[in-house]
Amino acid sequence: MADTVAHAHSAHPPGFAHQFEDIEQQREASTLGMWVFLVTEILFFGGMFASYTIYRSLHLPAFETGSRLLEVKFGAINTAVLICSSLTMVLAIRAAQVGKGKAQIAFYLILTMILGATFLGLKLRFEWYHDYIEHIVPGFGFEYRPEWGSLAPQVQMFMCFYFFMTGLHALHMVAGIGVLSVLTIMAARNRFSAEYYAPLDISGLYWHFVDIVWIFLFPLLYLIGGRYAIGGGH
Amino acid sequence: MAEHVVPLKTYIGVFLSLMALTALTTGVAYIDLGALNTVAALTIAVVKMLLVVLYFMHARYATGLTRVVIIAGFFWLGILITFALSDELTRNWEIVPQAWGAIIASLRAPVDGCPKWHGR
Amino acid sequence: MSTALADIHEVPAESRVNYLNAAYGIKSWLLTVDHKRIGLLYLASITLMFFVGGTAAVLMRMNLIEPQGALLEPETYNKMFSTHGIIMVFFFLVPSIPATLGNFLIPIMIGARDVAFPKLNLMSWYLFITGSTFALYAVLTGGVDTGWTFYTPYSSTYAHTNVIAAALGVFIAGFSSILTGLNFVVTIHKMRAPGMTWFRLPLFIWAMYATSVIFVLGTPVIAVTLLLLGVERLLHVGIFDPAIGGDPLLFQHLFWFYSHPAVYIMILPGMGVISELITAFTRKKIFGYTFVAFSSMGIAVISFVVWGHHMFVTGQSVYAGLVFSVLSFLVAIPSAIKVFNWTATLYRGSISYQAPMLYALGFMGLFTMGGLTGLFLASLAVDVHLNGTYFIVAHFHYIMVGGAVMAYLGGIHYWWPKITGRLYPDLWARFAALVIFVGFNLTFFPQFMLGYLGMPRRYAIYPAEFQVLNVMSSAGASILGVGYLIPLVYLIWSVRYGPPAGPNPWGAKGLEWETPSPPPTENFEVPPVVTEDAYNYPTREVARG
Repeated sequence: MADTVAHAHSAHPPGFAHQFEDIEQQREASTLGMWVFLVTEILFFGGMFASYTIYRSLHLPAFETGSRLLEVKFGAINTAVLICSSLTMVLAIRAAQVGKGKAQIAFYLILTMILGATFLGLKLRFEWYHDYIEHIVPGFGFEYRPEWGSLAPQVQMFMCFYFFMTGLHALHMVAGIGVLSVLTIMAARNRFSAEYYAPLDISGLYWHFVDIVWIFLFPLLYLIGGRYAIGGGH
Repeated sequence: MAEHVVPLKTYIGVFLSLMALTALTTGVAYIDLGALNTVAALTIAVVKMLLVVLYFMHARYATGLTRVVIIAGFFWLGILITFALSDELTRNWEIVPQAWGAIIASLRAPVDGCPKWHGR
Repeated sequence: MSTALADIHEVPAESRVNYLNAAYGIKSWLLTVDHKRIGLLYLASITLMFFVGGTAAVLMRMNLIEPQGALLEPETYNKMFSTHGIIMVFFFLVPSIPATLGNFLIPIMIGARDVAFPKLNLMSWYLFITGSTFALYAVLTGGVDTGWTFYTPYSSTYAHTNVIAAALGVFIAGFSSILTGLNFVVTIHKMRAPGMTWFRLPLFIWAMYATSVIFVLGTPVIAVTLLLLGVERLLHVGIFDPAIGGDPLLFQHLFWFYSHPAVYIMILPGMGVISELITAFTRKKIFGYTFVAFSSMGIAVISFVVWGHHMFVTGQSVYAGLVFSVLSFLVAIPSAIKVFNWTATLYRGSISYQAPMLYALGFMGLFTMGGLTGLFLASLAVDVHLNGTYFIVAHFHYIMVGGAVMAYLGGIHYWWPKITGRLYPDLWARFAALVIFVGFNLTFFPQFMLGYLGMPRRYAIYPAEFQVLNVMSSAGASILGVGYLIPLVYLIWSVRYGPPAGPNPWGAKGLEWETPSPPPTENFEVPPVVTEDAYNYPTREVARG
């Protein structure tokens, strides 16, 4: 690209992209870009949240029955795991901001990934696999139980929502872990400093967003009414 | 997004609040509050979300544009949910309320074998 | 606006380094991050898709020459109208102006070097190509017959056609447009040149900004909806399945939440182009700049609360229908404001009738007709009669073809000298514009009449009394088809043989006319500083007598 505007390349920090005038404009643009992307994600998940809201208002007893099929303790543990991972994520960014050096940044990033993987592991092994062998995974041998009575079809509808919503969420977690591994490699190569940590910042925004989705999924799927009637659990 | 460095204490405080709220929402689910269970669960979820957005995502220290963007996202989701619900929940409402039925019938009843029209 | 261009006029384009000759070879195009080259990549792709969608239309109109169907089996006809709709909406109209003219012009018009995220821009194009590939695969290996609206439960449970491939193609193309919208929003907010305040922006930028807001807020919803549809077809169970309580109207709510604003995605950029054309070819400042700018934003916002008017007769609650009807009337107001302001701009302007202006004038008339007929349809009671008929088909074609496509062609002609550095033969261009105008009206005006008389849409056969109007419509379609082919010939010819265009062949105002044609890769040799309002044409003395 012919660059007739004279400027010393050494004056620009690492990671500077030349369509911008200066690093500050670049930082503002990337942050705004990530927030706009998160808005698209709000609407993306939102389509499912809207559908859930509609069907729940039409079929509340069936949804309550379906919710009782889920184990609150795993939902709660996973919520706690994700909150911890959000903390480790902000600590990674903070480490870069205050110039703590690549070891600490990478440490917190790896911790975040481990927590994310823990979330997925718990979900896969103790929830989804368990649901599969209990025949309550729609499309994979779903069996109606007599105690559901006439509510049975809508109980299956609830389980559709459970798997679609947590499934889409899990896909986003996997993508997030992928991004974090790239960031860890960048951190190990000393790319981040107090002057330049924008990729950490905007990836952190994405990670927290995925956490927020779960913050809503947990009460809406696991905690809807009626647990007290049975004495809790399943 | 901040040049502003958030103090470590703030992060820890937010973290502990989030954990406490998780415990709270789980506990409340086992108490029968009727319709308020849903209200409580959603309120707690919104508070948790605000803590994450404001402090972990630095929205507290962000520009007005960022805040407009965030609010727009939720507002638009609200449009989808509100209008779709307005259809789903009113489908079985009476097309013509009972009270009007009598008025319309009187307007339609024929007089002297001729159909009534506009009340005459 | 201050760049000095004294010596550029004499230097032929070929001997000066510009974005076209800065690098050669297929890799320099397929791996480019230059927004101008990406705009051209899109231009080639969407032109191809336009002719694919057009072929489906030709087959449909040929079939409708006879009441019992002249050409196609009903099942094949169903695949044709579905293909036509899917390709034309998602793979031509939605990206047309934004991805070609928007990509090319936005950075230049605001005085920037490129968009905010050039690599993301390239990825948008590859996503578009991938989506197009899946859509073409769906069309060529058996087709899809659900209509472009993919209504459940037919699409989710009963159809035996390539629904998943088609939906996947649209899903992927949707992400292309989400990323384009995101790129434009950030670019317009953050990369304006010094002095380029919001209210000095060309109205094309305001229109593109409003369009980008719709891209970002609406497209994700149809994306997740089509994802759910595809998953349901794979698993044979899902949230739209009537057997477990699925409501067909839920799909329609989710689908139209995007697809109604999508029609504004298709028209708003066209309105932006018209604002540029009207001012350039009347050599006059736009009447009511602020009103036109805010009307674009108003359209973007209100467009999101009217979608229920597509569902008046499919079982939606009457009360919701009432609300949507009132709001649908409201959304006409910002569009009307624009038409009034363009008309006022024409008044006492120094009007010249080159091809871009012919397209702009055609737009104003045809869009107004399309828009007014939309009010018929916003009326609940009238819509009961007209829904599902050719009246609807005529209404939206007046806006999308008489409006959006004409604006697109007008814009392509207007900025062609800037993009290629060459002038096209204006006499041929004016001739083509007239052929298109005549062909268009002959095709679609009879369809208003057919619809009002009760001919249903999406039917391969029809009662014999409708034949005359159908034959007229098909005749018009053949003229229209010829009209679209003519520009293909002379525009391509002009790239090689057209006379060189200087930096400002139209004598128009705007940063894009202050840089050479074709522009250098970095757009401006000296980054501009803006000191004037948009359309700052010298005011003329009013002639006396």
